[in-house]
Amino acid sequence: MLKALVLLFLAWVCFLFYAGIGLFTSGFLLTRLELTNHSSCQELPGKGTLVGSGRGEPGACWTVPRFSRAVIVLIDALRFDFVHPWPAGPPAPQPFLGRLSFIQHLLEAQPQHARLYRFLADPPTTTMQRLKALTTGSLPTFVDAGSNFASYAIQEDNLIAQLNNTVDRDDWDLLIAHFLGVDHCGHKHGPHHPEMAKKLNQMDQMLQTLVEQLENDTLLVVAGDHGMTETGDHGGDSKPEVMAALFLYSPLPLFPGASLKDPEVVPQVNLVPTLALLLGLPIPFGNIGEVMVDLFSGEGDTQPLATALAQASAYHLNAQQVSRFLHAYSLAAQDLPPEELQHLQNLFSSASSEYEQLLDQLKTGEVREADIQALISQLRLFLRGARTACTETWARFRPARMIGGTILLASTCLLCLITSRLTSSPDFPFHCLLLRAVVWGLAGAVLLAGGLMAAGIGLEPSLLCAGSAATSLIAFLWALKSRESSSMTVFLPGPLPILVLLFLRSAALFSDSFVVAEAWAAPFLLRSLSLFLVAQLHWEGRLLVGVSTACLSSPTASLARREGPRALGLLVGLLLCVRLSILFHRCPEETPVCQSSPWLAPLATMAGGQAKNLWYGACLGTLGVLVLAVRFWLRRCGNLNSPAPPVLFVRWGLPLMALGTAAHWALASGTDEAPPRLQALVSGAVVGLPRAVLALAAIGLGLLLWQPVTVLVKTGASSSNHIIVPFVGPPASQADLDYVVPQIYRRMQEALRGKLARGGGQTPLALAAYGLGSVYSAAVVTALALLAFPLLLLHTERISLAFLILFLQSFLLLQLLATAVGTPAGSPGPFSVPWLAISAWALTATQTFYSTGHQPVFPAIHWNAAFVGFTEGHGSSPVLPALLVGANTFASHLLFSVGCPLLLLWPFVCEGQGSTKRKKTLASGTEVGGEKEEEPLMEMRLRDSPHHFNAALLQLGLKYLFILGVQVLACVLAASILRRHLMVWKVFAPKFIFEAVGFVVSSLGLLLGVALVMWVDRAVGSWFKQLILSQER
Amino acid sequence: MGERLQGSTMKDADIKRLFYVHIFCIVSIILTTFIPSFFLEDFSVLETHLTWLCICSMCVAIINVVLYLQVKPNPSSKRSSIFHKISRLLKSCVYFFISCLLFHAIIVLYGAPLIELMLETFLFAVILSTFTTLPCLCLLGPNIKAWLRVFTRNGATSIWDNSLQITTMSSVIGAWLGAFPIPLDWERPWQVWPISCTLGATFGYMAGLLISPVWIYRNRKQLTYKSR
Repeated sequence: MLKALVLLFLAWVCFLFYAGIGLFTSGFLLTRLELTNHSSCQELPGKGTLVGSGRGEPGACWTVPRFSRAVIVLIDALRFDFVHPWPAGPPAPQPFLGRLSFIQHLLEAQPQHARLYRFLADPPTTTMQRLKALTTGSLPTFVDAGSNFASYAIQEDNLIAQLNNTVDRDDWDLLIAHFLGVDHCGHKHGPHHPEMAKKLNQMDQMLQTLVEQLENDTLLVVAGDHGMTETGDHGGDSKPEVMAALFLYSPLPLFPGASLKDPEVVPQVNLVPTLALLLGLPIPFGNIGEVMVDLFSGEGDTQPLATALAQASAYHLNAQQVSRFLHAYSLAAQDLPPEELQHLQNLFSSASSEYEQLLDQLKTGEVREADIQALISQLRLFLRGARTACTETWARFRPARMIGGTILLASTCLLCLITSRLTSSPDFPFHCLLLRAVVWGLAGAVLLAGGLMAAGIGLEPSLLCAGSAATSLIAFLWALKSRESSSMTVFLPGPLPILVLLFLRSAALFSDSFVVAEAWAAPFLLRSLSLFLVAQLHWEGRLLVGVSTACLSSPTASLARREGPRALGLLVGLLLCVRLSILFHRCPEETPVCQSSPWLAPLATMAGGQAKNLWYGACLGTLGVLVLAVRFWLRRCGNLNSPAPPVLFVRWGLPLMALGTAAHWALASGTDEAPPRLQALVSGAVVGLPRAVLALAAIGLGLLLWQPVTVLVKTGASSSNHIIVPFVGPPASQADLDYVVPQIYRRMQEALRGKLARGGGQTPLALAAYGLGSVYSAAVVTALALLAFPLLLLHTERISLAFLILFLQSFLLLQLLATAVGTPAGSPGPFSVPWLAISAWALTATQTFYSTGHQPVFPAIHWNAAFVGFTEGHGSSPVLPALLVGANTFASHLLFSVGCPLLLLWPFVCEGQGSTKRKKTLASGTEVGGEKEEEPLMEMRLRDSPHHFNAALLQLGLKYLFILGVQVLACVLAASILRRHLMVWKVFAPKFIFEAVGFVVSSLGLLLGVALVMWVDRAVGSWFKQLILSQER
Repeated sequence: MGERLQGSTMKDADIKRLFYVHIFCIVSIILTTFIPSFFLEDFSVLETHLTWLCICSMCVAIINVVLYLQVKPNPSSKRSSIFHKISRLLKSCVYFFISCLLFHAIIVLYGAPLIELMLETFLFAVILSTFTTLPCLCLLGPNIKAWLRVFTRNGATSIWDNSLQITTMSSVIGAWLGAFPIPLDWERPWQVWPISCTLGATFGYMAGLLISPVWIYRNRKQLTYKSR
C-alpha cells in the first residue's frame, strides 16, 4: 500500500467526520451576530417627524413618556396557567392553579387597569437567554457571536442601557425584581407538588403589598421569563415551556375597553419596544418585537381617530427601527435569507410612504379612521414578517440536519471499524475504493450544488460538504458490501472490556453530572484499564513465575521472570502519575464544594517571598528534567550521536528553548518588581522571549523535516566483511531496495555487536549504524518535545509540572503497553495496535485535558494565553489570538494525537532495550555465539515489510479516529436527545463544542504524526540508497 | 468408570456443601443489617455506616473462619505442631493487615481523598479485604504463591478455588461499580463516600456467593482438576 494512499484515506475519513459535525452544528447550534450599534435619543430610526411633537418636552425622546416609572416583577418560570384565573368554589385540582388570587381580583375589579396576556417565549427557554431577550428585544441564541465570549454582561443595545444613557430624572425610573423561587421549586419538586402552592401564595402576597404602594405614574409589569414542563424543567420549545404569563397593571386606567375573555398571545420580544415607548426611551437597536397596540390609546381622549393615530405613530417608529436593524444586520451577516429581506424591505417602504401621505392629509384635514387602520395592519404585517424571518434563522433547531449529521457521524464510525479490520489483508484494493468514493463525492457535491442553485437556495458550505460526504460514503460502503458480502457480519471493536469501556465512556456523556465529573471519570477508567491489563497478564500466567509449573516450561516464562516486576512497577508509577495529575484540576462551576487547584494561577499573582521562589525553582527543575529526559532517551536509543541537524538542535536548541522559557517566566512573574530603569527592557523581553522560543521550535521542526534520519554511521578501519549485494549495479527498483536494506541492517548490527562483544578491533568492522533501530520514534519524540515547549509557554508557569507528569505518564503507559500487550517477537507482520492500547491513549488525552487546568465550558478557557508574547493585544484580527487560545486549550489533544504513532513503534523500541540488557550481561563473561543469536531489528522490522508498516499506520489512524469519533457521536446524540434538558446550554452544548473542536485538532495532529513517520521512512529509504551507492564505490 | 462416577458424586457433594456454606454467609450478612438495631440505639446501615461496616466485616470474618474450619475443604495432610499453628495464625493476621494497607493504597490511588475521611477509606479497605483476602487465608493459608496460582487461568485445583475466584472478582467489581453513582446529583445519603462502594462490594460479594455454586454446577462437566 502506498504511503500517500494511507494519508489520503485518513484525510478522507477525517473529511467525512468534519462534514457530519458541520451538518449537525448547522442544525443544532443557533448562532447570531451581535451588533454593537445603539439607538440614541437624538437620532430617529428613520426620516420623518413625530405626531404630537413631544420632542420639546422634558424626558421625551422618540415619544412622550406615558409613564415616568415602571416596576418589573420577573417571576422565573411563571407559567401561564399559574396565573390564569380560577373560578371560586371547588378547590383547584392542581396545587399551582388559582393561587395568584390577587391578580384575579385586580382583573375582575379593575378591568381597565389590568390585563393578562399569554407571554410567548422563544426557545431556548433558559433564564440567561430569556433575560437577554427581555432587555434587548431580540432572540438570543446559544452562541451570540460577539466581541467577548466570556462575559455574562449584555453587550447589545438594551433597555437598561438606554435608561442609563438617556434619562436623568431624580428619583428612580425602573425597578426590577427577579424572583427565582418558583423556578427552584419547579426544578426540585415539579409543578404538581404542594410546595409550589406555597411558593405561589408567597408571590401573591408580595404582589399585593407591592400594588398597595404603587403611585399613579407607575406601570407594574409581572412577567415570567419562561414556563416549565410537567417535570419542572425548561430549556426546550414545548408548549408549557414557552407559554409564560404577562400581567400589566396601572393605578390609572390603561385600556380603553374591557379585556377579552381569552387572554391574547404576546410574543416575549414585544415587551421591550412597548416599555421603551411608554417610558419615553428609544427602542433598543436590535429589537425585533412589535409594540403592544392596546397600550397606546390616545392620551386622555377617547376619540377613536386620535387613538388610531397614536397607535399608527408608535407602529411606524417601531417599524422604522426594525427596518434599520435589518439593514445593519444584513450588512454584517449573511444568515438571513436575502429574498425574504427584499420582500420585507418592499413592504416597509410602501407602508412608510403611505404613512407620509397620511401625515400630509392630516395637515390638510380629513383623515379617515379606516385608512389608519389599514396602515396599521400593513405595518403590523411588516413587523411580524421580520420577526418570523429572524425566528426561522435564529431560534429554531433544524431536526433534519441534526439527524443527518448524526447518521453521517455514526456511519463514518462504522466505516472506520470495518476498514480497520480490512487493512491487514494485503490484496484489499484501497486505491480503487478510495478513488471511487472521491469521484462519487465530487459528483454528489456538484449535483447538490446544481440542485440548490436551481431551487434558489443559497449555497451553504455545510450542506454541500455533507452531501458530498454522504454520497462518497455510500459509494464506498456499497462497493465494500458487493466485494465482501460475507464479512459484513458483526464488527465489534476488540474484546469485551473495551466494549464495556466504550459503552461507559459514551453513556457518561448523556448525564450532566458525569460530564461535569469527567475530570474524575476519565482517570478512573484509565486506572481501571491499566489495572485490568496487569490483572489479565497475571491471569494468563505471564506476570510472575513460580506460579504455575505448567507455565514455567513455556517460552513465556522466561519473559515473565524479567517482565513481571517491571510491569508491576510501571503500573504503580502510572497510577501515581494519574493520581498526582488530579492536583491540577480546575473546578467546573456546577460543583460548589470543589475547590480549584491554587496552582493554576500564574506566579505573578503570588505575593513575593520564599514560596514564589520555591515554585519558580520547581518550574525551572521541570524544564530541566524535560530537556534532560528527552536527551537521555535519545542517547539511550543511540540517536544522539549523529551530526544531523536535528540532533544538534536537540543538543543545543532544546536547552536554549528551556532557557528562554525560564527567562520569560522570571520576567513575567516579576514584571512589577523590576526597577523602573529596566522597565522598557523587561517589557521588550516579555514580548520577545516567547516569540523567540516559538521561532526556535519552528526552526527545530524545520530541521527535523529536512533531515529526519538521526543515525550515526561509522566506517571501520578495514572492511573485509563486505555487504553481500546479490546484484551488480545500483538498485534498479524499489523491490531490490526492499530486499537489500534488511541485509545491510543485519550486517551493521552484526558488526556493531562484534565490536561490543569483543571490545572492538578484533573483527573487521564494516559499518556501524547507531540508532537505526529507533529512527522513527526518535523523530516523533523530538517533534513532541519541540511542540511541548511553545505549548508550555502558553500555560501558566506551574502547569509545567502537569506537563512533566503528562510526559512521564505517557512514557510509563507506552512501556506498560509494550510489556503487557506483547512485543511482536519475530513476526514479520501484519502489525497491529490493540484496541486496548488505543483506548488507553485516548483516555490519557482526555485526562490530560483536565489535568492541565481545563474544563469544557467557555468561562474556563485560559484567555490569558492570547497575550503570551503579545502583551499589547492583537489589534483587530481575531486569527492569532484564537490560534494561541486554541493551542492552549487543546494542547493535550495535539500532543497525544501527534504522538499516536508511538503506540505502534514502542514495542519495537522496547524489543531493542530488552536485548541490550541481555547482551551486556553476556558480553561480560561468555563468548557470544556469532551467527546464532538474531539481533533485534527493532523498528527496521517495520521497514522489512513496508506493506504491513503502511497498513499498520492506516489501521492505527482509523482506530484512533474511531474512538474519538464515538465520543463525538455520543456528545452529538446527548445534545440532540437532551435538547430540552435544563443543562443543555450549560453542559451538553459546550461539551459538544469542545469535543468537536478537540476532534478536529486531534485528527489534524494524527495526520501530522502519521505523515511525519512516513516522511522519516522516505528519508530512511533514500539514506539507504546513498549508503549503497557509497559502498559500491 | 466407577472411579469416575465416584469422583463426580464427590464433586456433587462438594458443590452441595459449597452451596450451603454460601447461603449461610449471605443470610448472616443480611442479618447484620437489622440484628444490631435491637442492641444499639438508632442503628441504620446508612446513617451509622461505619458501625455497620465493622459489624459486617467482623461477622463475615468469624463465619468464614468457623465455616472453613468446620467444612475443611482442603484437609492438610501432615499434622502440625501447636507452634506451627500459632505461627500460621500470626502470619495470617499480618497478611490480612498488609492486604488492608494495600487496598487502602489502591483506593487512594484511585482518587479517594488522602487525608480527609481516612477512617472511612480504611474501613472500606478492611471490608474489601474481608471479602477477598480472608477467604484466601482460610482456604489456602498464608501462602502467597498459592494465592497467585489460584488467580491464573488454569490455577484452580478444586471447586473451592473456583468459588474463591468468583467471589473475589465479583466483590472487586461490585466495589468498582459502586463508585459510579458518586458523581450523580441525586443527593441521596448512600452516595456519600464510601457508602456506595462498600455497599457495592457487599452486593458483589453476595452475588458472587450465589453465582459460584450455580456456575460450578453448570460447568461441572468441563471442570477437571489436576492434582498436585
